[in-house]
Amino acid sequence: MQALDNVVVLDLTHHIAGPYATKLLADFGADVVKVERPGGDVARRLGPFQGDEPHIEKSGLFFFLNTNKRSAVIDLKTPAGKEAFTALARRADLIVESFRPGTMDRLGIGWEYIRSVNPKASLISISNFGKDGPYRDYNLTELVLYGFAGEMYSMGMTDREPVKMAGTAALFESGAASSVAIMGALWGAKRNGSGQHVDIALAETQAGGVDRRHATAIASQFSGRKTLRAAGAASGMPGGIYPCADGYVDFTNAGLRPDRVLDMIGAPEWALDPMYSDPIQRLQPATIEEWNANFLGWCVERTKREIWTEARRARVMCGPLFTMQDLFEDDHFRGRGFWAKAEHPVMGEVEFPGRPLIMAQAGWAVRRTAPLLGQHTREVLEETGLSAATIATVIAEGGRS
Amino acid sequence: MTKKPLEGVRVIDLCVVWAGPFATMLMGDLGAEVIKPENPFVFQPMTRGAIARPPKPMLALAAAWAGGLPGNEPGARPWNYNPTFVSLYRNKKSFTVDLRRPEGLEVFRKLVAVSDVVYENNATGTMEKLGITYDFLKAANPKIIFVRVPAYGSTGPYQDARALGVHLEAVMGHTLLRGYDDSDPSTTTAIYSGDYLAGAQGAFAVMTALWHRERTGEGQLIEIGQAENASAMFTQAIMDYSLNGHIQETIGNRDVNGRFPCGVYPAKSPGTAATQDDRWISIHVETDEQWAAFGRAIGGPAWASDPRFATNDGRAAHFREIDANIAAYTAGQEDYDLMHRLQAAGVAAAPVLESSRMFDDPQFRSRGFFRKQTQSDAGTHEYVGPLWKMEGTPVEFAQPPVTFGEHNDYVYRDVLKMSPEEIDALRAGGHIATEYDPSVP
Repeated sequence: MQALDNVVVLDLTHHIAGPYATKLLADFGADVVKVERPGGDVARRLGPFQGDEPHIEKSGLFFFLNTNKRSAVIDLKTPAGKEAFTALARRADLIVESFRPGTMDRLGIGWEYIRSVNPKASLISISNFGKDGPYRDYNLTELVLYGFAGEMYSMGMTDREPVKMAGTAALFESGAASSVAIMGALWGAKRNGSGQHVDIALAETQAGGVDRRHATAIASQFSGRKTLRAAGAASGMPGGIYPCADGYVDFTNAGLRPDRVLDMIGAPEWALDPMYSDPIQRLQPATIEEWNANFLGWCVERTKREIWTEARRARVMCGPLFTMQDLFEDDHFRGRGFWAKAEHPVMGEVEFPGRPLIMAQAGWAVRRTAPLLGQHTREVLEETGLSAATIATVIAEGGRS
Repeated sequence: MTKKPLEGVRVIDLCVVWAGPFATMLMGDLGAEVIKPENPFVFQPMTRGAIARPPKPMLALAAAWAGGLPGNEPGARPWNYNPTFVSLYRNKKSFTVDLRRPEGLEVFRKLVAVSDVVYENNATGTMEKLGITYDFLKAANPKIIFVRVPAYGSTGPYQDARALGVHLEAVMGHTLLRGYDDSDPSTTTAIYSGDYLAGAQGAFAVMTALWHRERTGEGQLIEIGQAENASAMFTQAIMDYSLNGHIQETIGNRDVNGRFPCGVYPAKSPGTAATQDDRWISIHVETDEQWAAFGRAIGGPAWASDPRFATNDGRAAHFREIDANIAAYTAGQEDYDLMHRLQAAGVAAAPVLESSRMFDDPQFRSRGFFRKQTQSDAGTHEYVGPLWKMEGTPVEFAQPPVTFGEHNDYVYRDVLKMSPEEIDALRAGGHIATEYDPSVP
């Protein structure tokens, strides 16, 4: 048993944010039917690809985002496609889409239509800026999203350009926020007996919370103060990121507990200078600089793992800067069973990040790997009771079975 | 009468800093009753501020989101209007109790008995020291859902490691994967994105566990190992190593999928970085058609129609040259004006907004995104709005950012049904207060 195994999701999303949201539902048991346009989800064309060779069944990104889903290729622009959509919508609790605003209405399958065929279903629309407003039709990509609505302005060095997060971190965060709204719609329908339309703007998920933006916003309203781009290097005793024998270690805010820091470095004579414990002197930039010059000497004689071991012993906040190789080889995460492995029909055995969290009951599981394009078109349409002729038409129009 | 999605669900918020409070805020937005027990004798750092009574110079030294109090004054009760706190504590209730004393723990036990969820994200060992374990909670309420957010999980060699979001993201690889591509990692700014990812997933997990409980009657323990949870954000780098053994490194503002150009360029600025009046625009061209449209939208300069740049492969080979050309052009342009021209041409572009400028943005305004909230100590201000719009069950900011002990009467009298005598005894013992004890710095 899985917690959501009585929930049916009709998933019309593509790319990253929407599929990540519905992946979470699928990974906890929901029956997620992923409707792909002929040709497939754009994420099938985004890397990394196994063997660096672009192939719609070899994208590591698509693989991760679509575990536990079934794929049905349906051309929603055709009458048979609309019939298939209707049949699938009738059995769905949740319909999630990420088309451009207005597309569902143009296809004749918008909110009013969904309500008429299944009043218990909710429609969750995920778009760049929301379903209305002057930017309704504007484009967003990871960079533009994080720059406009996330906290990018204060990331980086004062005299240089702001700099983003890695990869598509912001889209994943917006996807996670969307999954909460989707579960809200599921509970709302249970409580009230009827579905609703949920309008999610990626920009508002960023501006509304993710990574300090809501706090920098109210700080400006309270105080008129803005949040400066300021690199974290050597800003405390210690604070920021330091080089060491084989890489770097992050000691952000570790200086809040000088007693523990002293314990970590074994209380060498230099660190006992009363200047460092004097409440006024210890705030002076010159004092901090001198302390850091000494501390750097301690760091460069040790590896990042040796430093973290000492930090953990002394309960100092610290994080070594791991590479992906460090992470994959790390015993802690291996020992906890974090990494999952599954057999994919084209890629073979693939290792990937496993559970996002551990529920003691009815939690995360991999029932199937990401679907091949249209792998389940016939299967899911037969479950709806559509006529064999209609199913044949949908499959023919979709380009493959 | 329409019910909120989580109406009738009571959540106890034993949360600190960001990751936990964000989860319970999302639940509060969906209608759960979130109650935060707070201790008049213990200040939780980085939740209602760095310390209870920060001197004015300390506020000025802290980042705006930590030190930007109303009017830049500590005032009488700085814990009620810390910017980070107020941005996470709408739609929540607060009452006070000293959990370190037996009678305080008993109050908590009674509250657990009439609640559905207990959520905590303290440093490992903190709850155990108070005697709050899953067994303790189950004894008080067999159907309780208990969520814990240990940085590295409750097992394994790193289980006791102290960490903020920034440290565990370093361990998961994020720090080496971001930042400038031509600069030492030690210049990379601290980040806490994983706190919010974990927060959103915590809210998701609670609603999933409630769904399970509705079907089976079973409560449960949920562990969010925050480091493991953060890994999703770096999927491309993780899968590239898994599939190909490639160790990705930072590529600055460029596109992880290699579509050029993708960058942040200077725009016409009313001032400099020193006063945070420098302006920047992000631009991302994803296709060859968009590149042609981009050239036309900026007036068709010769460099934009250079045949070397016509294909993405060509632009990839010469991206620094292209970036320099774009920057030379954008430096004379108003950021919003350029955004509208490029977007009209189908190119993704937008100003990199300094936070306060969001309040002037026509899109956010037109959507009614911001919400005014009036709080007794902070006054009336505009806050950013909810993360989504639910048309059937709208998110309301019914309770403004909660003041310390604001709901003492409600919790002791209406929820716990205690007698006036019991309440008086607790008040005499210092459990019930609306300010931190003077002994707290």
